[in-house]
Amino acid sequence: MNYPEDYRYTKEHEWVHLAGDTATIGITFHAQEELGDIVYVDLPKVGKKLEKGKSFGSVESVKAVSDIYAPVSGEVIEVNEGLATAPEKLNEDPHKAAWLIKVRVDGSADFKNLLSAADYQSYIGAET
Amino acid sequence: MLDACSLASAEDLFRQIPAEARLKRPLALAPGKSEYEIAEYFRSLAQKNANGYASFLGAGVYNHYRPVVVDTVVSRGEFLTSYTPYQSEISQGTLTAIFEFQTMICQLTGMDVANASMYDGSTAVPEAAMMAVRVTGRHRILVARSVHPEYREVLRSYARNQGLPVEEFGYDAETGQIDLADLESKLNGETACVILQCPNFFGIVEDANAVAGLAHSQGALAVYTFTEAVSLGILAPPAAADIVAGELQSFAISPSYGGPFAGIIATREKFIRQLPGRLVGQTVDTHGNRAFCLTLATREQHIRREKATSNICTNQALIALMATVFMELYGKEGLRELAVQNLSKAHYLGDKVKRRFTGSYFNEFVATGDGAPVSELNSKLLERRIIGGLPLERHYPELGNAALVCATEMTKRSDMDAFAETFNA
Repeated sequence: MNYPEDYRYTKEHEWVHLAGDTATIGITFHAQEELGDIVYVDLPKVGKKLEKGKSFGSVESVKAVSDIYAPVSGEVIEVNEGLATAPEKLNEDPHKAAWLIKVRVDGSADFKNLLSAADYQSYIGAET
Repeated sequence: MLDACSLASAEDLFRQIPAEARLKRPLALAPGKSEYEIAEYFRSLAQKNANGYASFLGAGVYNHYRPVVVDTVVSRGEFLTSYTPYQSEISQGTLTAIFEFQTMICQLTGMDVANASMYDGSTAVPEAAMMAVRVTGRHRILVARSVHPEYREVLRSYARNQGLPVEEFGYDAETGQIDLADLESKLNGETACVILQCPNFFGIVEDANAVAGLAHSQGALAVYTFTEAVSLGILAPPAAADIVAGELQSFAISPSYGGPFAGIIATREKFIRQLPGRLVGQTVDTHGNRAFCLTLATREQHIRREKATSNICTNQALIALMATVFMELYGKEGLRELAVQNLSKAHYLGDKVKRRFTGSYFNEFVATGDGAPVSELNSKLLERRIIGGLPLERHYPELGNAALVCATEMTKRSDMDAFAETFNA
């Protein structure tokens, strides 16, 4: 699986893409593979303030419900509404079409401290 | 048998029970009674029951006729002995019945979707409140003081442990309807929902549209509850509400000293993902035949577990089936006729006694005793083999010497006349 080089990753299996002050957040290919068929995604409303490391939603699969943790702090500016009716998109295209939320961040300090694609892949390699 | 268990006597079977917890004498039962004698003994005890008394009690549990076919259907082994389906699709009969139940609840309430049932009305209300909290992302719950006192107690039990503040708003001392000004003063941008009951605990019909309008003006949801389902046969469906959560005991569910009953929760399609419990849907099987399946389930116990959002994992299958058979028997016309009978009887009685409120009422009303305390009047009524109304001083001390009185299609004119005579004496 291709883990984009310009993304950053967390040990809780989220990815972040930063463009200007907008961070796009999703869950990794590995995360959706471990969860299995995803049936529901619970996401915050636009305007919600996220704190790095705190849970902001959950993903429910046929096997389990998992919290999603904010990889960066900031304010939610957009939510991927399509996932409400088509949660299976998270299994099909977790790194692009099935992004979860967009967040306005203050600076890029949080982002820079996250894992690189290579580090994340060696992390999940060691985990499995 | 004792040899096989390596025990000396039957007493050894109870060895692990501490001596102080054991009964140290034989049970006080006459020895050597035959089955016939035992049956006779209980028959004579049963004769002490207040059978054949007329009752004017309502207040959330109503005295309605239970058509015999209801028990005939629910006594079938396929329904009676099966637990709620886990391997759902193998139980097509049960799913069909649930699908019909949901469809009729939608028709009755004017909502888009109804779940497969709740435990009862009192637990359906807090589930509706928690649903409103999830939908709105707000935490304050506003509930009318004219909602059944025990429903409010259950609501507070749920809310306390979720850290949800519950605040009450009052009723108009003259009409008995919600005090809209009080509601408006307590509503704000933190209110998740406004809960009203209609007809309310005093039997008075609320202006549900006005209440819903106020709630919506602050972005809160309107939760409509009812304890007397027969009222839906004559009142306009609560279409302005966002969630309807109520009790179906009136639909051929025996009072049974207070339960088990069956509740409902119904809502608009856009809130379907926050609906607790489970939802049965219609589909086609691999041969293209009509079939039913479990379309949505919150799966609280096996998947969500500690992240569960509600206290109901399945549904109230058998008891809800009683209500399903009832609704199928009566139909739209029958239910309307039943509601009209209830209305007429209650108003016959209501015109004979002094009523506390001026608002429109369905089959219950608050009667005020002029002189003697209600408890004394009830004792006099008992002498005439009549169970009187519910004294309100415990839950509504501000109403003074008052009783909540109910008449249904079961109430005879002669009993109503006797009731009024005693009450007005």
